[in-house]
Amino acid sequence: MYRTMVRIRLFEERVAQLVEGGEVRTPCHLYIGQEAIAAGVCAALDDRDYVWGGHRSHGHYLAKGGDLQAMMAEIFGRTTGCSGGRGGSMHLVAPEVGILGTVPLVAATIPLAVGAAMAAKLRRDRRVSVAFFGDGATEEGHFHESLNFASLYRLPAIFVCENNFYASHMGLFERRVADNIVSAADTAGAVGCRLDGNDVEAVFAAARDAIERARNGGGPTLLECRTYRWRGHVGPSWDMDVGVQRKDELPEWLPKDPIARARRRLLEAGLPEDECQAIERDAAEEIETAVTFARQSPVPGEDEITKHIWASTQSRVRP
Amino acid sequence: MRPLSYARAIREAHAQLLASDPRVLVLGQGLWSPWYAGTSMQGLDKEFGRDRVIDSPVAENATTGAAVGAALAGMRPIVFHPRMDFMLLAVDPMINQAANWSYMFAGRVSVPVVFRAVINRGGEQGAQHSQALQAMFMHVPGLKVVMPSTAHDAKGLLIAAVQDDNPVLYIDDRWLYEAQGDVPEAMYATPIGEAAVRRRGRDVTIVATSYMAAEAHKAVAVLEQQGIEPELIDLRSIKLWDRDAVFASVARTGRLIVADGGWQTAGVAAEVIAAVACEIFDALRAPAVRICLPDAPAPVSRAVERAYYVGADELVAAAVKMIAR
Repeated sequence: MYRTMVRIRLFEERVAQLVEGGEVRTPCHLYIGQEAIAAGVCAALDDRDYVWGGHRSHGHYLAKGGDLQAMMAEIFGRTTGCSGGRGGSMHLVAPEVGILGTVPLVAATIPLAVGAAMAAKLRRDRRVSVAFFGDGATEEGHFHESLNFASLYRLPAIFVCENNFYASHMGLFERRVADNIVSAADTAGAVGCRLDGNDVEAVFAAARDAIERARNGGGPTLLECRTYRWRGHVGPSWDMDVGVQRKDELPEWLPKDPIARARRRLLEAGLPEDECQAIERDAAEEIETAVTFARQSPVPGEDEITKHIWASTQSRVRP
Repeated sequence: MRPLSYARAIREAHAQLLASDPRVLVLGQGLWSPWYAGTSMQGLDKEFGRDRVIDSPVAENATTGAAVGAALAGMRPIVFHPRMDFMLLAVDPMINQAANWSYMFAGRVSVPVVFRAVINRGGEQGAQHSQALQAMFMHVPGLKVVMPSTAHDAKGLLIAAVQDDNPVLYIDDRWLYEAQGDVPEAMYATPIGEAAVRRRGRDVTIVATSYMAAEAHKAVAVLEQQGIEPELIDLRSIKLWDRDAVFASVARTGRLIVADGGWQTAGVAAEVIAAVACEIFDALRAPAVRICLPDAPAPVSRAVERAYYVGADELVAAAVKMIAR
């Protein structure tokens, strides 16, 4: 999980540089500060399980095992990208590891995740389906309808709300009266659990319980993982100017860095410092290799405009 | 081959699909009720189990989204919307998601889902229980749209839609449910994108969709008595639609009337006529005519409904006027 978090952090920091340098132009919503959630949840999943995400999903893609080079090439808009250069940062796919698509329409993949869970239940294949979404998505009807639907049919779906307290520029209390996202689970008759989303071990433990319950027919769980978005809604800036409130908040959250916390615990548990450094060095090298690969990959031709509007073959995703 | 009603043909398609393919499931509101689907779904829940024929919560968005997700995960779902008006609550999973998915992900994933919507108008139901919104969906790349007018095609197009790897919107019309037609007992698919020439003729081409194709049959009988030889094309699919069949017919007749049960502005008829005007303008000997609903919501009062819903009479009048010109 530490390795996963480091790979995500360094990937995102490198993307931030590439955006600042003007080389990457696709809108990039960075996951910096929230890494423990993707890492903790996905560590508790099998390869065959499904994961769904949104606009801020670089972390989910890496944590579930998506190919790092293919995502970097996608962010560069190259044909070697995971979506053939047609998706950019916000439309990622890796069917080989259960990522059937991440898309930026807020909350849109929540019902899709429930549908994949329904497929798993009908086939009795013991897969679970995880929807990652932000606090903003809990204001959409998609979320409430889907939670009720999944609970009614006791589907193996896990709803992971990454509550970073912001939807774009709007703080939580500008959008709702109460800090009570997790209570939606009660309303739907599902299990709800609020936890520290910057504690990767806590996330893993909660996810493991939820997944086990789901696999055994116990129905869905809503995990509200509380965290903080360090950078702006989109792009690399620290986004301090959207409100006085945010200026006061960020210094409180920086010391809660999920990666620093995990590293301290690893060292306390006896992992040698140089092993931590090796993980960090390997990740940095892997990312530089990916940048080189992406830069050398071809850009799509204009004849791509009308390709793939229609599926040309049988569905590639087999049960 | 034996006579079967349009609604029974839809039911038979469902039954054969459910029996032959474990990936098929049906979900939507009213599937366990005698009211919402007429005989088109009667008893299927008992025959195939309520885990595959699911009468869903009142949640069009989640239900439709779940069908899209299940399709992505390898199933072949059919989502049922007993009134097309209510389906508008589920436009995000249909247009933003299902229709775009193959394109956005370079064909690495596809969405073999069927959205079934019923046009259920008349009977003084008014503006929110009567809409025929096919043109809105025809606009969207990546989403096929079919509208059967006969019992034969009601069965064949549903089977084709489920077998297709793309999202397909299947629109059936409650006014056709009791129409009888010859339907083979075997399972068969009616090709999507292929029109049916219902009658050959040399004087005027009538292109019609769904219920208006049934009305056009009545109009043809009247026109024949007046010595007019219309060619009748039942479009069957409106996305993709059979341009070759329409162009070939208009090239021979030089006259075109398009009849569709939706509103006139930016509708199916507008698209067909625009394509003809752009591609084979010189073939036209007279201005084309649209027989559609007036650009107004559906009224309630029966007296006004009668004037609002166009049909065979308007088609006959348009054809006679066009030929006399």
